[in-house]
Amino acid sequence: MPINQTYAQYSDLSVVSAMAVYFLALLLHAAESAFGRQALKREAKLAAVAAGGGGTAVAERPAPPPPRERPLPERLGRMGVALTVLGALLHLASLVLRGLATSRVPWGNMYEYISAVCLAAVVAWLVMVRRHPVRQLGAFVLTPIGIMLFIAAKLLYAEAAPVVPALRSYWIVIHVSAAVIASGAFLVAGVISLLYVVKASNEANPKRFAGLAARLPESAALDKTAYRVSVFGFPLLTFGIIAGAVWAESAWGRYWGWDPKETVAFISWVIYAAYLHSRATAGWRGTRAAWVNVAGFAATVFNLFFVNLVTTGLHSYAGV
Amino acid sequence: MAGILALLRNTWRGLTAMRTALVLLFLLALAALPGVLLPQYSLNSAKVEQYKAEHDVVGPWLDKLGFFNVFAAPWFAAIYLMLFVSLIGCLVPRTFEFAQQLRAEPTLTPRRLTRMPHYARAEVDADPDAVVAHAKERLRGWRVAVREEADGARTISAERGFLREAGNLVFHFSMMLLLVGLAAGKLYGYEGQVIVRADGSENRQWCNSGLFAYDSFRPGLRVDGTELSPFCVRVDGFQAKYLHTGQADVFHADLTYQDGAASLGNDPDAWRKYGLEVNSPLRVNGDRVYLLGHGYAPRFVVTFPDGQQRTGAVQWKPMDTTTLLSEGATKFDRPGVTDPEQRRKTQLAVTGLFAPTAGYDGTVLTSVFPMPNRPAVAVDVYVGDLGTDSGTPQSIFSIDRRMVDAGRLSKVARKNLELGQELTLDDGTRIRFDGVENWVSLQVSHDPAQEWVLVAAVLVLVGLGGSLLVKRRRLWLRAAPSGDADGTGRTVVEVGGLARTDQAGYGEEFTRLAGGLLAVGRPLAAPGGGRERQDVP
Repeated sequence: MPINQTYAQYSDLSVVSAMAVYFLALLLHAAESAFGRQALKREAKLAAVAAGGGGTAVAERPAPPPPRERPLPERLGRMGVALTVLGALLHLASLVLRGLATSRVPWGNMYEYISAVCLAAVVAWLVMVRRHPVRQLGAFVLTPIGIMLFIAAKLLYAEAAPVVPALRSYWIVIHVSAAVIASGAFLVAGVISLLYVVKASNEANPKRFAGLAARLPESAALDKTAYRVSVFGFPLLTFGIIAGAVWAESAWGRYWGWDPKETVAFISWVIYAAYLHSRATAGWRGTRAAWVNVAGFAATVFNLFFVNLVTTGLHSYAGV
Repeated sequence: MAGILALLRNTWRGLTAMRTALVLLFLLALAALPGVLLPQYSLNSAKVEQYKAEHDVVGPWLDKLGFFNVFAAPWFAAIYLMLFVSLIGCLVPRTFEFAQQLRAEPTLTPRRLTRMPHYARAEVDADPDAVVAHAKERLRGWRVAVREEADGARTISAERGFLREAGNLVFHFSMMLLLVGLAAGKLYGYEGQVIVRADGSENRQWCNSGLFAYDSFRPGLRVDGTELSPFCVRVDGFQAKYLHTGQADVFHADLTYQDGAASLGNDPDAWRKYGLEVNSPLRVNGDRVYLLGHGYAPRFVVTFPDGQQRTGAVQWKPMDTTTLLSEGATKFDRPGVTDPEQRRKTQLAVTGLFAPTAGYDGTVLTSVFPMPNRPAVAVDVYVGDLGTDSGTPQSIFSIDRRMVDAGRLSKVARKNLELGQELTLDDGTRIRFDGVENWVSLQVSHDPAQEWVLVAAVLVLVGLGGSLLVKRRRLWLRAAPSGDADGTGRTVVEVGGLARTDQAGYGEEFTRLAGGLLAVGRPLAAPGGGRERQDVP
């Protein structure tokens, strides 16, 4: 099947635009954080004055008069989310155009795969923003995703091309899409768990991470959000591994052979299994469980980059 | 004695505790890590040797401790076996508990429903019996117990979501089934590789008749190489296509095979056709045949001084997977020489490089493309004693260098030849590069347990779905006659709810349910007291 160069060019254009739009969204979220903190400080000062300068300052805020319009930080944050949606649409367009250009699924090499994982992460993030009060985390979530997308598009970029015979199987649709969505979800969950650790530490001792923690939602909300996303990702990861094993049986002659990618997938799976168990174990709830989720995040990133770039295994395609 | 028993009991309790299982899970993840960070024998033994050569201090130690064979190491096995013992110790009691719960009635309605995380209340003009009848109607799918309290109040205890624990148990038991299936495969399975020439000549059929038929063979622990599944294959032709970038595009081998299964409706003598490709192995008689790779066998025609001709074509080994530049050695015995002494002086080997599409760097031959567009060889010709009489096995890809070092085999010519060109040795022997043949490398795999592993894996997924999606939750309803003295059928209805799992989200369902339960008769006071707390973990 010949490559449609026009589509391929528009795909490249889309991904660059998506990166630019994500960056703007990131700036807006950062501004939301910054202004939000100033507003918080102002209110704290007011409260301190109202309380006659004595006692704990922020314990009870005076009820502010109902605002005529949304406060500036919230408006900025909402703009950030809107831009993220726009970025995601451009990002999606770049993948769809890649697929059209090559007449195959748009995750046939490292560039496309990481790009798809980033899109899955952005979508997971947008779904969470809709369901949970976590919008303030925008800057923290978009930063790692942006960095990964940049690495994929600048350092690991591969021209639109057909894939090798080993990848020509309908299992590439099933196995890789499950891996993409699960990885995307885990990336977001890991960032949120890391922020949970910060917030929980601050709640235990207000002196720690005072600046950062002030911009974060309640630790309970963070914990719940991270758990929800992980619980969504874990069955998908399990399914992805099983689908991979079925594919490996027909492509490589065995369903499991401890290929580096298989091994790290196994390690991630064990870590996430431990995370789910740790939330039901006395003494492990809270910060410890969150660290386990962060370890899962580390394993996911390790699997994305290290396994393909440093080791050589059967999952190496198109040079990496 | 009592001390020993106590020790055993405490050990068992410790091992089956969730905390221990968690630690074992972490250990398992940690123990698998060297399998990625260090080269492994099972994946690439050459890399292990290289690593050992580069790290001469830690290398041998790591080797002794099994770090180059992590997944067969005793310490790795110890961790997962402990994990599974811990799992059994946890699962068996839970199974019995679950069986009891399935038979047990839902628990009594607590005195104070206001203390439940979810609570709603209303005063209605229907009598308690009507409220209960209405509620039973609404609570279809729930496990329900209706009770009467001393003061005349009627209560309903309802519970649902038992599939959560069922899924949980299915998940964990399936994990064990999966491990058993994996182990059975390692015991009774085998895997072998063989290189077969792809020219379809009758005498080139390959049969799965025993160890000797393979170039390399990895038997399971209970496989001795006899009683392999009988079948034969013949490779009639092979096509490999590459894009102009050198990336592989199509690999296709035309197979003919004979299924030796002595079953009804199968003619073991019948030959059938199959197009073997990557991703579509031939499944025959319980075994699978895979197309692993391909390469070339340059064909040489040697014309000896007495006019006799010999043709030789053996597979040469690809050195570079992208250009298929290959190396090898094609060996000849001089025809008509019967005296061993004489033979050991006149054996001949054509060794060197083969390029499917030749490119020259000066006179040095390289390959620029993997398809045979312009085949050429750069050969060294050796004459003398190849060492094949010594009884020690030697590689088909090279000559025995020791014979050269001992001066018993000497290089007599070196030349680049393109297709059809020939070289002449001093004694008049002519060697012509006559043609190129294809060979394919096949893998035969046998794993009698893999279907069971698949079944176990699907059950793992089903169990996981149940245990993560289903919420175990309880609901209680109390319908008490109102305290008013006239007793005109006013009833206070209270509903309380509790989710027994840490997954939040019972609130919405409860609000909806309670709304339905309280909508009975004519409400006298608007449903009130509706509130929601955090679900109790």
